[in-house]
Amino acid sequence: MTGTNAKTLLDPLFESNPIALQVLGICSALAVTTKLETALVMCVAVISVLALSNLSISLLRHFIPSNVRIIVQLTIIASLVIMTDQVLKAYVYEISKQLSVFVGLIITNCIIMGRAEAFAMQHGPLDSLLDGVGNGLGYSVVLMATAFLRELLAQGTVFGVVVLPKVHDGGWYYPNGLLGLSAGAFFIIGFFIWALRCWKTDQVEQEG
Amino acid sequence: MQHNALYTILFSAAVCVVCAVLVSSAAVSLKEDQLRNAAEDKQRNVLYAAGLASPAERLSTEDLQRRFEQIRSIVIDLETGEPTAVNPTGFDQTKESKDPDKSRAAPPNRASVKRVPRRALVYEVMEGGKPSMAVVPIEGYGLWSTLYGFLAVGGDGNTVRGITYYQHGETPGLGGEVDNPKWKALWPGRRIYDGEGGLALQVIKGTAGPPEQSPHEVDGLTGATITGNGVSAMLAFWLGEAGFRTYLEKFKEGQTQ
Repeated sequence: MTGTNAKTLLDPLFESNPIALQVLGICSALAVTTKLETALVMCVAVISVLALSNLSISLLRHFIPSNVRIIVQLTIIASLVIMTDQVLKAYVYEISKQLSVFVGLIITNCIIMGRAEAFAMQHGPLDSLLDGVGNGLGYSVVLMATAFLRELLAQGTVFGVVVLPKVHDGGWYYPNGLLGLSAGAFFIIGFFIWALRCWKTDQVEQEG
Repeated sequence: MQHNALYTILFSAAVCVVCAVLVSSAAVSLKEDQLRNAAEDKQRNVLYAAGLASPAERLSTEDLQRRFEQIRSIVIDLETGEPTAVNPTGFDQTKESKDPDKSRAAPPNRASVKRVPRRALVYEVMEGGKPSMAVVPIEGYGLWSTLYGFLAVGGDGNTVRGITYYQHGETPGLGGEVDNPKWKALWPGRRIYDGEGGLALQVIKGTAGPPEQSPHEVDGLTGATITGNGVSAMLAFWLGEAGFRTYLEKFKEGQTQ
């Protein structure tokens, strides 16, 4: 892999993280992060949709008439999302039940439209594929970190395995109910953005 | 890139056709698996409610079918409590409750149930050729979502044998604790109706004693008062006159014959 390819793939992890820097895709980041298991499946779904939509839009980029390009992008994305949802329902039914509408809502996840319009329309298929996977991974980093903290502190478990035994199950840990709610995810993502911008100070927005 | 209008129309049409073909072939080819998953999920939850399986064991399709052999699915008439000739396979109670010909408006209730189907699908656990337990579907509104579950009732038509929820969107860690095995373990042995036949089973705030001391009360879930109220309300509704009460009485009579 050449240097630019690696950069396309890895930059979205921390340098230009879609959630932390671009502040896209917050809605689902709040909704599916109560448990690691659902967050993981959501991440896989988003990575595959993002990679495939970037790839197919990049392949078609010279043929898409510019006046209808957004609709064409949306058609492709929507089809990929419906197929992903169908696959989840067929193979991981339990989890797809918990994810409910949020898989379908990947269609409206701004990261996907954003990458299609901002990157795949101008770059070749390989670059676009890497960009899609990279941004998917960037989204996943935040999702998994948030889900880890929320599941651990609100339910005392990691991937359903008890780590901190709860008081009402005979243990010692008083669960933090706030983190079970969406508001808790806001705090965690806020702290994540803060920590990231302390580390990479060039991401701090100019005031005024 | 500028193109003429004809090109734009043709291109859009081609994209639509390709996408439509992909989506529909995915839907058609996966349909069988999806339907099987949904049916198995229901069966699994009937077993959980009846205490014949636990969510901790990952039942394979074969195990599930084997354990389900001792269970008889029956479509009953809710008003008379009598079985009907309707084939339980493919019976969709949710669909029937939306069909104005096959349902009626629900009497006022706290569980936000709008329509009651005329017919319902119940499961009877057979022991030595006789039904020993009835598993009935329950549903009602909690804090954020409608909870769907099953309640298992013993041969006396009064003693709870188990409860389970297979679908809900309550807050994990709070209302979502209706899934907690420890909480579900509090249910078996509680009585639905009191001495005068009144509906008494409910989720209370705080802690209830063992079934001998508080036969009709179940501990509330910490931080989930509204979900608990929802559970009480749906039990009151589905175990009442508009729900399975008549059926449970018939079920009890069937035991003594």
